[in-house]
Amino acid sequence: MTELSIQLVNLFASFLLMLAFAMLAQRRVLTLINLYSLQGLTVVAATTVVAHMTHQEHLYYSAVLTLILKVFLIPWILHRLVKRLNVRWDVETLINIPSTMLVGIVLVVFAFNLALPISRLSSSVVPGTLGIALACVLLSFMMMIMRTKALPQVIGFLAMENALFFAATSATYGMPMVVELGIALDVLVGVFILGVFLFQIREQFESLDISHLESLRED
Amino acid sequence: MLNMMAIDWVLWIIGAWIALGLLGIIALHKFALVARVFFPLGAVGGLILAYAAAQALVSGRVESKQLALGLPSLPFHLRLDALSAFFLVIIGLASFGISLFAAGYFRNGEGTAPGLLCLEFHFFLASMALVLLADDAYAFMVAWESMALTSYFLVTANHRLPKIRAAGFLYLLIAHIGAIAILLCFGVLQANTGDYTFANMRAQNLSTFWASAAFLLAIFGFGAKAGILPLHIWLPEAHPAAPSPVSALMSGVMLKMAIYGLLRVCFDLLHLHIWWWGVLMLALGLITAIFGVVFAAVQVEMKRLLAYSSIENIGLLFAAMGLGLLFRSYGMNALAALALTACLYHVAGHAFFKSLLFLTTGSVLHATGERNLGRLGGLIRFMPWVAWLALIGVLASSGLPPFSGFVSEWLLLQSFLFTPGLPQPFLNMLIPIATASIALTAALAGYAMVKFFGVIFLGQPREEKLSQAHDAGKFEKIGMGWLAILSIGLGVAPNWVLHLIDPVTKGLVGEGIARNASANGWWLVTPTSIARASYGPLYFLFGVMAACAVAFVLVRLFYHARLRRSAPWGGGHSWRNSRMQDTAEGYGQPIRQIFEPFFHLERHLPKPEDTEPEYSVAVSDKFWEGIYMPIARATEYVSVKVGRLQQGRISIYLLYSFITLLVILLLVPTARR
Repeated sequence: MTELSIQLVNLFASFLLMLAFAMLAQRRVLTLINLYSLQGLTVVAATTVVAHMTHQEHLYYSAVLTLILKVFLIPWILHRLVKRLNVRWDVETLINIPSTMLVGIVLVVFAFNLALPISRLSSSVVPGTLGIALACVLLSFMMMIMRTKALPQVIGFLAMENALFFAATSATYGMPMVVELGIALDVLVGVFILGVFLFQIREQFESLDISHLESLRED
Repeated sequence: MLNMMAIDWVLWIIGAWIALGLLGIIALHKFALVARVFFPLGAVGGLILAYAAAQALVSGRVESKQLALGLPSLPFHLRLDALSAFFLVIIGLASFGISLFAAGYFRNGEGTAPGLLCLEFHFFLASMALVLLADDAYAFMVAWESMALTSYFLVTANHRLPKIRAAGFLYLLIAHIGAIAILLCFGVLQANTGDYTFANMRAQNLSTFWASAAFLLAIFGFGAKAGILPLHIWLPEAHPAAPSPVSALMSGVMLKMAIYGLLRVCFDLLHLHIWWWGVLMLALGLITAIFGVVFAAVQVEMKRLLAYSSIENIGLLFAAMGLGLLFRSYGMNALAALALTACLYHVAGHAFFKSLLFLTTGSVLHATGERNLGRLGGLIRFMPWVAWLALIGVLASSGLPPFSGFVSEWLLLQSFLFTPGLPQPFLNMLIPIATASIALTAALAGYAMVKFFGVIFLGQPREEKLSQAHDAGKFEKIGMGWLAILSIGLGVAPNWVLHLIDPVTKGLVGEGIARNASANGWWLVTPTSIARASYGPLYFLFGVMAACAVAFVLVRLFYHARLRRSAPWGGGHSWRNSRMQDTAEGYGQPIRQIFEPFFHLERHLPKPEDTEPEYSVAVSDKFWEGIYMPIARATEYVSVKVGRLQQGRISIYLLYSFITLLVILLLVPTARR
C-alpha cells in the first residue's frame, strides 16, 4: 500500500515536471490556462495521496481548497480575462522555444543536484520529489522571464506558486493550515489585482505587450 | 539661584538661547521685536555664559551632569572642564559682540524671515555651547550635527540665489563627510566596549594601530570642519554667501569647535602620543597656512579674502597643536604646554579679530552694496567708525604688537625655538623650515591685510555711489567696538589671559606656563625665563603712541602746519582720477608672480582698440581640478553605469531576481558546511 502510494506521488511529481516543460513550450494562451489547471489537478492528486498515506486530516482540506481555487476558480477567471481582453493570439517568446527547453534542462539538473543532499537528510517518505518541485519553481520563473505578454507572466507566477505548494506537501507534509489558507487567499487576491493591472495596461498602451512599459523608465 | 554650579548656568543660557529661537518663530515677521529685543537679549546671554565659564575655569572644578534627553536609557552626559570652559568663554565673548551687531545688521525682507533667522542664529549658538559640554559621543554628535545644520540654513539665508544654494550644499556635503569620520573615530575610541561615554573612552588603552586610526579619523573629520587642506574648499564659498554676522560666527567661533574637538581627542581621550602624529599635524598646518595666506593675498573679493585668511589661521593653529603633540610624545610637557598655550591664545585672538573683520565687511556691504574690492575705496572718509575699527582688526590679524595676534604668534615662534631640544636629529633639521614658513605666513598675512584695509578704506572712491555710503548704526558700532576692545585687551594684558589658559594646559598635558610667564611682573611676559625672551606689550603700546604723537607734533610744527589732502600714488600727474590708484589686482600681482604654480589663473586682458579697457583676473585653486572634479566625474561615471541596471523591461528585472535566486541557491551547500 505505502509502496504504491510512494510510486504514485513520484508519478505525479514527474507529471508535474512534464507539465512545467509543456507550459514553457506552449505558445497559445488558452492552452496555457488549461495546462495550468491540469497542473493544479496533479497537485491535488499528489496531496490526496500523501494525505491518505500519512493519515493527516488537514491535507485533505488543503487538497479540496486547491481543487476549488486552482483547478476551477482561477482558470475560470483567467478564461474570462482572455475573453474580455481578447488576447487569444499566439504568445511571442524572447528566445525561441528549443533554446528555452535546453536552458530548462540545465535548470532541472541544477535543481536535482541542489536537492540531493537535502533530501538525503529529509525524513520524508518521498525524498526525490523535492528536486522536482524546485525544478518546477525555476522553470516557472524562467517562463515569466521569457514571455513578452503580461497574461502568460501571470500564469507563470501562479505555476510557481503551485510548485511551491507541491514542495511543501511532498517534502514536509504540508504547512500549517493557517499558512496554507493565507497563501491561497494571497494567490486569489493576487490574480484579481493582476487582472485589474492588465486592464489598466491595455487602457494605457492599447496592448498587453509589456515592452511598452519601457517608456515609463526614467532617463 | 546665584550659587548654582557653573554647568547649570551654562545650561540655563543654552535653554535661554533655544527659547529665544522659539520666540522668534512666534514673532516671525515682527522685525523690530526680533532685531531690537531678541538679538540683544541673546547677546546678554553670551556675556553671562562667558562669566559663568570663566568662573568655572578659575575655580578649576570639573562638573558633570546627566540630562535625560533623547533616546530612553541613553541620556546626555555633560561635563564642564577647563578645556570646554575656555572655549565657552570665547563663544560667550564673541557672541556678545556678534549678536549686538546682528541686531542692527539684519534687514527686513532679505530672503529669510527675521524670526526664522533668530531661530537659526540662537540654535546655532546653543548647539555650539552643547558641543563643548558633551561628554559622550551621542550628545556630541547630536550637537555637532545641529551645529552643521543650523549654520547651513544661516549660510543659505538668501536662498533665492542659486550661487548661494550651491555654496550651502558644498558646505553641508563636506560637513557631513567630516561628521562620518568623527563618528567612526568615536567608534574606534570606544574599543568595542559598546559604551560611548567619553569617560569610558578615556579608560581604554588602545594599541598603536587603533590609536593611529582614531587620530587620523579625527584629523580628517575635524579638519573638514576647520578647513584644513584639501578640505578647505567650502570656506571661500560659504563665507561670501553667508550674511556677515553669520560669517563672523562661523569663522570666529565655529571653526574653533573643530580645534576643540581635536584637542579633546588628541590630548584627553587618547593617551598614546606618537611623534609622527605631531609631524603630520605640523606639516598639514604649515601647508594650509601658507596656502591660505597666499590665496588671501590675491583675492579681489573682501569676504573671500577673509575666508582664505581664516584658512591660514587654522593652519597656524594646527601647526601649534602639532608641535604640542610632538613635544608631548617625547615627554617634554612644559614645552608642549607652551605650544598649546600659543594655540589657545590664537584661538581666542582669532575669534575676536576675525569676527570683527567680517563684521566690518558687513557694514561696508550694507553701506555700498559692493563686495568687490575693485569697486570700493576711500571709505574712511564716509565711514570713519567702521574704518578705524577695521584698522584695529587688521593690525591684530597681521600679528603686530600690541594687539592680540602678536602675542600668540610670538608664543608660537618661541615654542619653535625650543625644538632643538628634541631627541631626533631628523626633526631638528626640518624644524627650521617650519619656523621659516611661520615667519613667511605672518609676513604675508600682513601683506594681505594691508591690501584689505588699503583698497577698501584708503585712496579715492572708485565708484560715484560710494560717497553716499553711511556709517554703521548704533548696535553695529557697539558690537564691533566690543570685539575691538577684546582684541586690544588680549594684546595688552597677556598675563591675565595666560592665567585663564593655564588650567586648560594643566588639564591636557599637566603643565602650565602662566606662573613662569608672570614671574617678572604682570606687565612682562616671559614664557620660559627673562634671560631668554620677554615681551612687554605696554612698552610697545606707549612706544607706538609716543612715536605717533611725536611725529604728529613734529609735522605740525615744522612741515606745513596744516592738513593737506593729496593723491597718494599720483605718479607725478597734475590731474588724477580713481582709476589711476593701485587696485586689488595690481597689489596682489607680485604674489601672483612668485607663487604662480599655486594658482589656476584666468586672465582677461584688454585689447589695444578697446575704448574702455578692463583688466580682470580670476584666481581659483587647483584643488578643484585636481581632487574634487575627478571625484565628481568618477561618481557620475559610476552612477551612469549603475543606471544601466534600470532597463525598464520586466523580463530583465525578473532575470535579476532569477540570477540572484540561483546564486543564493548555489551558496546554500557551502553555507551549510
